[in-house]
Amino acid sequence: MSEFLISITPLDWLLDPLTHDFMRRALMVSALVGGVCGLLSCYMTLKGWALMGDAVSHAVMPGVVVAYALGLPFSLGAFVFGVGSVALIGFVKQKSRIKEDTVIGLVFTGFFALGLVLVSKIKSNIDLMQILFGSPLGISRSDVNQTLIISFIVISILLIFRKDLMLYCFDAKHARSIGINTGILHYLLLTLLSLSAVVGLQTVGIILVVAMLITPGATAYLLTDRFDQMTLLAVISSAFSSILGVYISYWSDIETGGSIVLVQTLIFLIAFLFAPRYGIFKNQSLINND
Amino acid sequence: MNPIFKNHEKDFMRIEADQVCVDYNGTVALYDASLNLKAGSICGLVGMNGAGKSTFFKALMGFVRPSRGKIKINGIKVNQAQKEQSVAYVPQNEGIDYSFPVSVWDVVMMGRYGAMNIFRIPRESDRRAVVHALERVDLLDLRERPIGSLSGGQRKRAFLARAIAQRASVLLLDEPFSGVDVPTEKLMAELFLQFRQEGHTILISTHDLNHVRDFCDFVVLINKTVLAYGETSEVFTSENLNKTFGGIPPNPLSGPTSSKDFVNE
Repeated sequence: MSEFLISITPLDWLLDPLTHDFMRRALMVSALVGGVCGLLSCYMTLKGWALMGDAVSHAVMPGVVVAYALGLPFSLGAFVFGVGSVALIGFVKQKSRIKEDTVIGLVFTGFFALGLVLVSKIKSNIDLMQILFGSPLGISRSDVNQTLIISFIVISILLIFRKDLMLYCFDAKHARSIGINTGILHYLLLTLLSLSAVVGLQTVGIILVVAMLITPGATAYLLTDRFDQMTLLAVISSAFSSILGVYISYWSDIETGGSIVLVQTLIFLIAFLFAPRYGIFKNQSLINND
Repeated sequence: MNPIFKNHEKDFMRIEADQVCVDYNGTVALYDASLNLKAGSICGLVGMNGAGKSTFFKALMGFVRPSRGKIKINGIKVNQAQKEQSVAYVPQNEGIDYSFPVSVWDVVMMGRYGAMNIFRIPRESDRRAVVHALERVDLLDLRERPIGSLSGGQRKRAFLARAIAQRASVLLLDEPFSGVDVPTEKLMAELFLQFRQEGHTILISTHDLNHVRDFCDFVVLINKTVLAYGETSEVFTSENLNKTFGGIPPNPLSGPTSSKDFVNE
């Protein structure tokens, strides 16, 4: 294998995987999911909802299991439990004196544990590893269709309500004062989070999907002071990470989800160190000229 | 370029609050608060922290629903007035994320969102309104700068410009003079007087009694209810102030504290 690696040209490295049907599908789905999650990650990082992203992505676990067992589209089950967890978090927070981060941690671990128990109890061909770690290389045609539909919905809503959601994250009080219904925006954003978690878990799995929902936004946030540029950078870096991650996974025979997220983390690290204005080794002349 | 409002005649009531009561889960925050403010007036809202100032503001903004009483802005319900972009709110500096990736221009443009279509695509008139607002607060040169790179006074002016761009007839300002430099304070004071001339009605929540004396036509003293209300010269008596501050004379040197009870969203 290693001899073979040395002998191939970069062009082969890029083109060879494309001869396989499953790889074309994996690359397409991963890039799309990367783009969708990357776009949403801007709102998650700016709103400070990283923990919420973690919660929702874990809480969809029992939904996936139940949907598989009943023969329903897994995204439906995942979505129901994702939204359900959000509603439950809101309810417990309102009806008790417990602080929000505690409630979030409590609810999502409860849901996740329920999912684990269900997997072990329901005798079916559910592959626990596939749910936990994703498997873009083994994605089925019907799963591809689900991903396409959900991605289209999320992207459309995010594009239409781009400015309103940005305003909601920046200054919700102003949004209310000019007659915008911020309650609807709040639940819209939570719904988009659930939907993105659903598509994200296909490529990187439940455990790592939160990375897709925060890392690209965090990286882009270090690189720019413009919201539109931030969304663009997040989408590009996220889709690029997904594609590169799948390639590396193919050639090195490593776990795909981990590979994608590691690439994302490396890109973040580069931005963290070398971002022109906000990196550790920032360009001093740029700051002084401001 | 001055905004022309409906009903700009002198005696038109912009803010009408009639026996407003607000309670949070049974705890009374405000009771029987009444207030009438006509077009072209500046009113100071004075009271201690926890006296119900921000509750009154929230009620006027429609953020909390009064358990009793009625509020009208420009003669219509608060929610309706908001949809018509009649009320602009200028927040305190606290509670805003200044590392948010938006420029001064972006922030002021947010004042126009309510007047745009659902995609919030600025038209030429929106851009003109933003330029005009930036000119009035003397920030046009800094319009491309990230909001976080401004000084405290400049930030305050940027949010004031957002309210100007909204072209609202009623302005609610929460502690507008806290943490501003002297040039900004002068600029804001001049602007407020111009606004009054143009027929705006301005309600300023403040701890600073000197500012109230300087340019508020009216003053509302608040401690869970409206203790006194009327022209500043008549209401600003030591007896009334004693009632407002519970016998503790307000220290003009102490800086204003934030109203932390405001909704965090």
